[in-house]
Amino acid sequence: MKTLNVSILQFPGTNCEYDTVYAFKRLGHHTQIVWHKEESIPDHTDLVVVPGGFSYGDYLRSGSIARFSPVMKAVTEYANRGGYVLGICNGFQILTEAGLLPGALKRNNNLHFISKIQHLVVVNTNNAFLNRLTPGEVLRVPVAHADGNYFIDDAGLAELEKHGQILLRYSNAEGTPTALNGSVEQIAGICNRERNVFGLMPHPERAMESILGSDDGVRMLEGFAAALEGIPAA
Amino acid sequence: MKAPLKAIINVYLKEGVLDPQGKAAHHALGSLGFDNVTDVRIGKQIVLELDATDREQAEKEIKEMTETLLANTVIEDYAIEIVG
Repeated sequence: MKTLNVSILQFPGTNCEYDTVYAFKRLGHHTQIVWHKEESIPDHTDLVVVPGGFSYGDYLRSGSIARFSPVMKAVTEYANRGGYVLGICNGFQILTEAGLLPGALKRNNNLHFISKIQHLVVVNTNNAFLNRLTPGEVLRVPVAHADGNYFIDDAGLAELEKHGQILLRYSNAEGTPTALNGSVEQIAGICNRERNVFGLMPHPERAMESILGSDDGVRMLEGFAAALEGIPAA
Repeated sequence: MKAPLKAIINVYLKEGVLDPQGKAAHHALGSLGFDNVTDVRIGKQIVLELDATDREQAEKEIKEMTETLLANTVIEDYAIEIVG
């Protein structure tokens, strides 16, 4: 499969960048970490990943300060040109704050920091991210967040549904959507309408080795190379 | 002439957006016997001090600061009060 150049952003407080490097290297891709003060992203980048962590200590709101970093201006331009951008956890929060994805992530309904392996049901695979999976399939992927409660108003939710932008929902082992953190419609991951910007609260980069609990992240993250190579959906 | 100006910005979740912190505090107040509380909303207060030459211009800027950074208008409302 095609070898990708994956640019992984790093803000003060990011802590999942090296797990993300590991995950994409395990898939045979090239990775580079890009410091938030950079005003451009490296040439020939095939995918930008905004990784998890606690950028700027989650001050004010999770992701609200990071989204004004110089590098985010470059990411926005990259996304507007059709480049693939994936935000994981705090990265998802940053992308919603930046307006690259609709909605917002607020405090979990039970006010707990939820850290566990969670079942997810795949909703949409007609995209560059989850095209190695099948709708209805159940995955096991770690979640670790305090502000993962996805909110979007009714009109926005109708738009997401109409355009197939809901990618993943929290579920039980049988794939029935179940509440985890209070997210509207149990939403765990979405994409933008143009289908090139993706965000999810669960951590596929932490599900790369079955000996560590799950390797379901492999088939999730494999999607980008398949899409860029033009391999049809699984 | 530049004069100091102080603004208090209250940011809170919109009506219709569940406020889990408010709900927890509401529940705790009930447990303490304060059973006449009908609603609790928890927000945050941001106090800004700035140098302004033109009050009207300053108010416009504070609104811009709030909508750009201090509040996320997808889920939050805000109220700006200029106090001097």
